[in-house]
Amino acid sequence: MGNHMKEKELINSPLSIYIHIPFCMKKCRYCDFLSAPAGEETQEEYVHALLKEIEYWGRMLSEARIKSVYIGGGTPSVLREELIKEVLCKLKEAFPDIMRMEKKAAQGNKSHDRELRIKETERTEWKLTEPEISIEVNPGTVTEEKLKTYKQAGINRLSIGLQSADREELKLLGRIHTYEEFLETYHMARAQGFANLNIDLISALPGQKLKSWQGTLEKVLALKPEHISAYSLMIEEGTPFYETYSGHQELLPDEETDRAMYALTKDMLQKAGYERYEISNYSRKGKECLHNMVYWQRGNYLGLGLGSSSMIENVRFRNITSLKDYVNYWVADKEKSRDIGSISEKVPAICEDIQHLSQKERMEEFMFLGLRMIKGVSVKEFEAAFGKSIFQVYGRQIAKYKEQHALTVGERIALTDRGLDVSNLILADFLLE
Amino acid sequence: MAGIDQSKIRNFCIVAHIDHGKSTLADRIIEKTGLLTSREMQAQVLDNMELERERGITIKAQTVRIVYKAKDGEEYIFNLIDTPGHVDFNYEVSRSLAACDGAILVVDAAQGIEAQTLANVYLALDHDLDVFPVINKIDLPSAEPERVKEEIEDVIGIEAHDAPLISAKNGIGIEEVLEQIVAKIPAPEGNPDAPLKALIFDSLYDSYKGVIIFCRIKEGTVKKGTPILMMATGAKAEVVEVGYFGAGQFLECEELSAGMVGYITASIKNVKDTEVGDTVTNAKEPCKEPLPGYKKVQSMVYCGMYPADGAKYPDLRDALEKLQLNDASLHYEPETSIALGFGFRCGFLGLLHLEIIQERLEREYNLDLVTTAPGVIYKVHKSNGEVIELTNPSNLPDPSEIEYMEEPIVSAEIMVTSEFIGAIMELCQERRGVYLGMEYMEEKRALLRYELPLNEIIYDFFDALKSRSRGYASFDYELKGYEQSELVKLDMLINKEEVDALSFIVHKDSAYDRGRKMCEKLKEEIPRHLFEIPIQAAVGGKVIARETVKAMRKDVLAKCYGGDITRKKKLLEKQKEGKKRMRQIGNVEIPQQAFMSVLKLDDK
Repeated sequence: MGNHMKEKELINSPLSIYIHIPFCMKKCRYCDFLSAPAGEETQEEYVHALLKEIEYWGRMLSEARIKSVYIGGGTPSVLREELIKEVLCKLKEAFPDIMRMEKKAAQGNKSHDRELRIKETERTEWKLTEPEISIEVNPGTVTEEKLKTYKQAGINRLSIGLQSADREELKLLGRIHTYEEFLETYHMARAQGFANLNIDLISALPGQKLKSWQGTLEKVLALKPEHISAYSLMIEEGTPFYETYSGHQELLPDEETDRAMYALTKDMLQKAGYERYEISNYSRKGKECLHNMVYWQRGNYLGLGLGSSSMIENVRFRNITSLKDYVNYWVADKEKSRDIGSISEKVPAICEDIQHLSQKERMEEFMFLGLRMIKGVSVKEFEAAFGKSIFQVYGRQIAKYKEQHALTVGERIALTDRGLDVSNLILADFLLE
Repeated sequence: MAGIDQSKIRNFCIVAHIDHGKSTLADRIIEKTGLLTSREMQAQVLDNMELERERGITIKAQTVRIVYKAKDGEEYIFNLIDTPGHVDFNYEVSRSLAACDGAILVVDAAQGIEAQTLANVYLALDHDLDVFPVINKIDLPSAEPERVKEEIEDVIGIEAHDAPLISAKNGIGIEEVLEQIVAKIPAPEGNPDAPLKALIFDSLYDSYKGVIIFCRIKEGTVKKGTPILMMATGAKAEVVEVGYFGAGQFLECEELSAGMVGYITASIKNVKDTEVGDTVTNAKEPCKEPLPGYKKVQSMVYCGMYPADGAKYPDLRDALEKLQLNDASLHYEPETSIALGFGFRCGFLGLLHLEIIQERLEREYNLDLVTTAPGVIYKVHKSNGEVIELTNPSNLPDPSEIEYMEEPIVSAEIMVTSEFIGAIMELCQERRGVYLGMEYMEEKRALLRYELPLNEIIYDFFDALKSRSRGYASFDYELKGYEQSELVKLDMLINKEEVDALSFIVHKDSAYDRGRKMCEKLKEEIPRHLFEIPIQAAVGGKVIARETVKAMRKDVLAKCYGGDITRKKKLLEKQKEGKKRMRQIGNVEIPQQAFMSVLKLDDK
C-alpha cells in the first residue's frame, strides 16, 4: 500500500467525483460523447479496471470530504446492477466520507422526505442534500431491480435522458425508446422513492417547430421533475448528424426560432416554478445539480473512468480515451502510487494533459465558467481568490458589456438574458492576453 | 579582363509575354554554357528573391556573364540581362534594354503573340535593338509554330522563318539559340579611351559593400580609384571595386571598358544616389552629355500601410527603410489615421509592386500589416491657385476650396480573341474607358486601344479582364498624362462613425455603384456584434448607400462537457484568435481585411 497517509493536507476543500461509463445500447445520431455499445465481458473488464482506479485515488485522497458523485456516460444504466453496486461500494470504501449521509439517515427516519431535513451538525456550512449521488439513466435500459439497487447503494438523484416527447423526433435522434417507455421509467423511479429527478431535453432539432418544443415542455412539466436540462442541439463533428446537417443550416431551425425556443423554455419553466440557474439548466429552488455547480465554481473534482477530466487544487488532467489501454493499465498488478509530493505527482502515468493553472488561467476560468451561472460571479470572491479587484483585471470587458446591456454589475457580475444568448462572444473576451 | 575583344561580346536580353518561358530559357542558356552544371541548376537561376521564385516572375533585373564556345571555334562572352516582366516595372525594363545590343523574343508556340509580347518587342525596337524570335514550347500538343512564325512576321514585321523551334523546359533547340545569339546580335561599340559614359540599369544595396551599381559601359573605362559622378543625382564617389556577374555572385576584375556589362562599388550608402537610368561618368573628365532616356521614377499607386499591432510601428519604419535601400522606386512617409493609428503612406510603381512590398514586409520582416485601398495621385487645383498632389484621400480639401481636379490617364492596349471583344469593351466602358481603336492582328485576334483612368485599373481590372475573357485577354499600359475629371471623395461610415482609412476618391458617376458594393462587401466582412451596425457610404455628408450588419442572436455553447474545461477554453480561444486581427472603431470590431475589401469589388 505504500505511504498513503497524511493526505488530509492535499486538498482543503470538498471533492466531487465523476465516474464515466462509456457504454450505451446504441449510439444516438447526434452524440459525440465517449460512448459505444459493448459486450458484457468488456463492460465487466472495464468496471474491474475502474474499481482499481477508485482504489488508487482512495489511497491518495482518503480523507477527502465528498460533495457529490456523478455517474455519467454513455448510459450507465446499461450495466448490470451488480456492477453499479460494486462501484458504489468501492467508492464508499475508498472515500468513507460518502457514508456520512447514510449514517445520519440511519439515526433518523428512513422516509426520503425526512432524510433531506436532517441537520448537518458537524459541518453546518454544507448543504443538507450532500453528498449528492447521481446516475444517468436512459429509458429502455432501466428495470425495477436496477432502480432498487441504485437506491440501496445510496444513489439519491437520477438524470433521465428523454430529449424529446415527440415520437418522430425521438426516431430522428436515433433514441432507442419511445415517450411511453420514458414515462414508465419515470414513474418507476418515483415509485422507488427517488425524490430528485432530472429530465434531459434537446431543443432546436432538425425540422422542429416551436409548437412541438412547447408540447415536449408541457408534457415534462406535468411530471413535475425537480430539475430540467434543456440544451439546444449542437451539431458535432464525427456524428451522423454532422454528415447530414453540417453546411445545411437550412435544415435546422433558424437562429430566431432557436432563441424563441430558449425564451419559451425559460418562460414556461419559470411560470411552473423552476429557476434557470445556468445557461441550459433549470430547477426547483434548492434542487440545483450540485455536481454541475462544482464545475462552474471551480471546485475540486476527480474524474474517474475513460476520458474523464479532473481538476484538483488547480491542477487539471484527463484520463486517456483508449479503452484497451485504460483497462490494461489498471488491471496490471503494478504499483501506481507516486507516494510523495503534490497532486500532479500523484496523477497516474496514464493520464494526459496535466496542466498547472497559472493565476491568469485561473482568473480566466473563474470568469468564463462562473458567468455560465445565472447568478454570475462574486466581486468579493474574485478579490479573495486572486488578491486583486475584478475591475482591475476585467474593467474594460465589464464596462463594454454593461454598456451593451449584456451584463449587470453589483455585488455579483452576471450576464443578462441577452448576454447569455451570445455568451461565447463575451466569454472569449474574458481570456487575457 | 583587360583587352577583351569587343567583337566577342554579346549583350542581350530576353523579352516575352508573361509565362512564355523567358526565365526558363535563361536557365537553359546558363546551363548549356557550362556556368553551372545541371546538378547545381535550380530552376530560374536569375530570379533570386524567394518571392520571385514563388511567383515565377522577375522583380529585379538580374544579369549574368557567361562564356560560350561557338561552332566557329571562338569563345564569346554573353551578358544576359534578365528584365522584369511586368508592366509596373516598365521603366526598369526600358533601362535594361538600353544596356543591351540585341534581344531574343520568346513567343509561346501555342499562344502566339500577346499584349506584352508586342509591348516589349516595340520597346526593344525603340531602343534600336536587333531582335530575333524564338518559338518556345514546341513540344506542346497545341503548338502551332508555323502559324506563330507567320504571326510574328505579319504583326511585328521581323523575320521569323529561321526562328529556332525550342522547348526551354526540356532543353530542345538551345544550341541553335546560342548560335543565333552570336550571329544575329551585334557586338557592342564604343571607344574605351573616350571619357567614361556608363548607364545604370539597376542597383542593389549590400551591407558590406554599400550600393552595387549595375551598369553598361558605353564609352571609356572604369577601374578601382576612378572618381565617378552620377550625372542626374550629382552624387560623387571613388570606385572601390569593379567586376562582372557570375551566377549568383560578384566576380571582381581589373577594369570595365566600353561595351562591357558589370558592376561598380564605391561605398555609396543610398540607392537613391544611383537611380536607374542615370549616367556614370568620370568626375575629373566628364563626358559632354548624359545618355538619353533618364527619368525620375514616379510612384503611380499609393496606399496606407499600418502595423496590425500598433506597437510594431518602429519595426515597420525600420523595415521600410531597409527595403528602400534596395528599391529606389519605393516611397514612404509617416501618416496618422484615426482608425488605424500610426503608419505610412507608401508609393509604388503599380499594384504588383505594392503587393510585393507588402509580402516582403510580412515575410522577411515578420510584420502583420493593414493596407488601405490603393489610390493614384490626383491633382487638386484649389480656388486660390494652389495645386496639391493628393495621395491620401483624407487630405482632400473642402469641396468649396476646390476649383477642379485631375486624374492620371493611361493608354492601354488589350489583346483579345474576337469572341470576347464585346465583353472587354463593356468592361472598359464600365471603367470609364475612351475607345481609341481596334486592329485585327489576325482573323481571330484583335488589339483594342483605350484610354483609361489609372484609378479604374489599379484595383481589380486585371482580374476582371482575365475572368471576362476566360484568361484569353492580355493587357499593357503606359501613363499618358492628367485629365480633368469630376471626382468625389466617398466616405464610409460604420455605426455612424466615419472611418478615414476606408475613404477613397472616385468618379462621381461611379460613386453610387462603388458605395453600394463597398457597403455589401463590408457587410460580409464585419462579424455580427451584440448590436446592429449600420454601414453607410456617403459623399459630401450625404448617404448614398446603406447596409446593416444584424445583431448577433445566438452564440452559445449550450452543453458544456462536464469537467472538460480545456475543450471549452479552446473554443473560446479560437474565437478570440479571430478577434485579434481586428481593429476597434468606436465599439465595432472590424477585421483587418475589410480595409482591403475595396480591392475586390468586381466579383463578376
